[in-house]
Amino acid sequence: MHATPDTPLLYALRDELALTGPKFGCGLAQCGACTVLLDGSPIRSCVTPLAAVGSGRVTTVEGFGDADHPGRVQAAFIAEQAAQCGYCIPGMVVAASALLDQHPHPSDAQIRTALDGNLCRCGTHLRILRAVKRAAETPA
Amino acid sequence: MTTLDRATFLRRGAGLLVVGFATGSVPAFAQTSSGAREANPLGTRGKPDVDAWLTVDRDGAVTVLFGKVELGTGVDTAMAQLVADELSVAFEAVHVAAADTALTPDQGYTAGSQTLTSGATPVRAACAVAREALVDLAATRLGVPRERLAVHDGSVFVAADPSRRIGYGALLDGHRFGRTIPPHPPLRSPSSYRIVGTPVPRVDLPGKVTGSYRYVHNVRLPGMRHGRVVLPPRLGATLEHVDQTSLRGLAGVQVVQRKNFLAVVARDEWTAIRAAQALRAQWSGGKTLPAQADLAAAVVATPGKERVLIDTGDADGALQSAAHALHARYTWPFQSHVSIGPSCAVADVRDGAATIWSGTQGVFPLRGAIAQLLGLPATKVRVRYVEASGCYGHNGADDVAASAALLSQAVGAPVRLQYMRADETGWDPKGPAMVVDLRGALNASGTIAAWDYRVWTPTHSGRPDGLAGNVLPGQLMGESAPPTYIGGDRNAPNDYAIPAQRVTIVDQPTALLRQSALRGLGGPGNTFANESFIDELAHQAGADPFAFRLAHLTDPRARAVVEALRADWKPGRGFAFCHYENTQALVAAIADVDVDRASGAVRVRHLWIAHDCGLVVNPDGLRNQIEGNAVQGTSRALKEAVRFDRHAVTSVDWESYPILRFSEVPAVTVRVVDRPNEKILGAGEATTTVIAPAVANAIFARTGARLRSVPFTPEAVKAALRA
Repeated sequence: MHATPDTPLLYALRDELALTGPKFGCGLAQCGACTVLLDGSPIRSCVTPLAAVGSGRVTTVEGFGDADHPGRVQAAFIAEQAAQCGYCIPGMVVAASALLDQHPHPSDAQIRTALDGNLCRCGTHLRILRAVKRAAETPA
Repeated sequence: MTTLDRATFLRRGAGLLVVGFATGSVPAFAQTSSGAREANPLGTRGKPDVDAWLTVDRDGAVTVLFGKVELGTGVDTAMAQLVADELSVAFEAVHVAAADTALTPDQGYTAGSQTLTSGATPVRAACAVAREALVDLAATRLGVPRERLAVHDGSVFVAADPSRRIGYGALLDGHRFGRTIPPHPPLRSPSSYRIVGTPVPRVDLPGKVTGSYRYVHNVRLPGMRHGRVVLPPRLGATLEHVDQTSLRGLAGVQVVQRKNFLAVVARDEWTAIRAAQALRAQWSGGKTLPAQADLAAAVVATPGKERVLIDTGDADGALQSAAHALHARYTWPFQSHVSIGPSCAVADVRDGAATIWSGTQGVFPLRGAIAQLLGLPATKVRVRYVEASGCYGHNGADDVAASAALLSQAVGAPVRLQYMRADETGWDPKGPAMVVDLRGALNASGTIAAWDYRVWTPTHSGRPDGLAGNVLPGQLMGESAPPTYIGGDRNAPNDYAIPAQRVTIVDQPTALLRQSALRGLGGPGNTFANESFIDELAHQAGADPFAFRLAHLTDPRARAVVEALRADWKPGRGFAFCHYENTQALVAAIADVDVDRASGAVRVRHLWIAHDCGLVVNPDGLRNQIEGNAVQGTSRALKEAVRFDRHAVTSVDWESYPILRFSEVPAVTVRVVDRPNEKILGAGEATTTVIAPAVANAIFARTGARLRSVPFTPEAVKAALRA
């Protein structure tokens, strides 16, 4: 990669590694569209410099499955038709996956709290909530 | 059943009334990245031998050349359903091509909930004619009279002997039809639909949830550079000087300046971002805005043209003779689109030709604006649609596309330009502020005797319309365009039976902040006023708000959509009704809210929505739209107002322009009034109109406090509770 150590992880993923699942939403860690996992924990890749990633293991939405073989959470999003424009959804899938790792059977309130920092403008929140619950009820 | 309205068809700019199939194979839709120099595989638009609306390849795959675009609402899926049924092919055989000035018909903008209505009309007509043409071909090939043939799943077959069949692809191979669409094409009866009316899963979602879906933000070209704009610190400011030395240490950055348009281009995205932040520029002057607190007065003081839309009975006389006439003023704020992804475009402008990849709502109107801006003939400019982050109207998509084109022209290389958050939230054309004054009076029997409505509204459009003066970089370069008056009157007239009423529009050519279409245009502001005021009159009459609406509604469909919520209604909740554009979808809403009297915080607990948009193409897609409108409408009602100081917009990120979060999202119950025998009405906007008034009426029902100004922030609610 050509990226400098101060380059946020998001640009390295999208521009150098062609992993365009994570999205630029604000560059301010305010919306969650860029969420990826760093060693299993959700982070905002738009404000995480490469230097801070070090040798950590990064998982983007692409790491959970593809269109032909969606992962458990992704399949639940499809089953619930939980998207409109879909721009925020990769961040939602990653954040929801991290939640389910911590709490395999979250309550409605736990899901809302876990996703509260992930913004959606199309208003698909209710479908996303149903999708996360569906994923929780699906064997991993 | 919809029939082709020839006048509408032509007015929409479709231009071609010919269904034809190119000889041999389908044009190569496989996209190349050579951009500007790529020949148009279909030749020049407008020749009668060009298949305007659809192609069928040798394998029977159908490509729909749709001039409308997928904005995230599921229309590619719904269109494929309509085409599959009209043409009698499998849903999976249909591909809806993305709008492209080189390939698809000019169908104007994808806007106004018109995509599946007037937008789909010519496509459905073309499919119907194509189906008949295929039967004719099969009759010849099989030597069987066409009356004995039937179609199913992409084949024509002998009705009495289904083993004798020919697929569409084989039938068309090497043939040419050149058929025109008659005024009354042989459209199928809705009762024969198999795919329309079913909840077909959306074709775009697997890619969207796994990260592979192609957004305009993901378009990459060889040798592509990255741009960022540097917008003025004050509206209308003049760029005096750019200090290039401020970019020392940032390799390979080019500064592009065209009058007051300023931007940087770099080899990589992060360098472009840092350069835009580091660039020092001197700006002078600028316009002065009114104080935020004086917005309503400033809107009323803005010059405009008065237009009386409705004047029946003697409203003034009835109001003067009434014992207790009611007066109220309602205000609607400037609101922003705030798509989650700031707008983005990729442009390749070289050798006197341009290709622009854009999430625009209208590839043709944008093409004209960009051509003017670049000084190129429109025939040398190609705009290709690629879906962007959610589109709820005229956001920054067109501006960023025109800006990217300028940058590419300046540096002679493909340029990808994405707005930063503050560019998008600060500079997207705003849904404009409106003010409504209402006067009304009851008669002795407790029904409405008089109604006098006056709205001061800027036009709700500033769309490209083929003019450089309508895109931000053009405006920064000193271009301007004449106003078009659109949308301020939307739903100013109500649907209630009132003997004496007057509806007056004061049309203003511009707004205090640059304005354009935001979901519903004037519909949400006008419906907020209408449905709040009728609630105030119901209260004065001592009537139940739900029954009061019904007492003034005569249209059976209007009454039915209200009745659909009867079981959900109870005192303490808020109600609202809207017949969108007075001709489109009918929608009713009930809101149940909690109000914290100490803090003023409002929580919308539950919304019930009844919705009649005629024939439902995709029931789940419809519910998705209704739910989305309900949630977004709640956000607009409770939280959203563009903030500004005396010189610029100050609400520029998610802290200063907050939207509804998961913890605040209400439950939504949708009650669809399905009318399979009625024509399709749109569903993209209607529900947005009823949320704010239903919530305001619910706050009143809970607390007695009347909120007459959006948004219902804790401060506003506390002030209303004290009033």
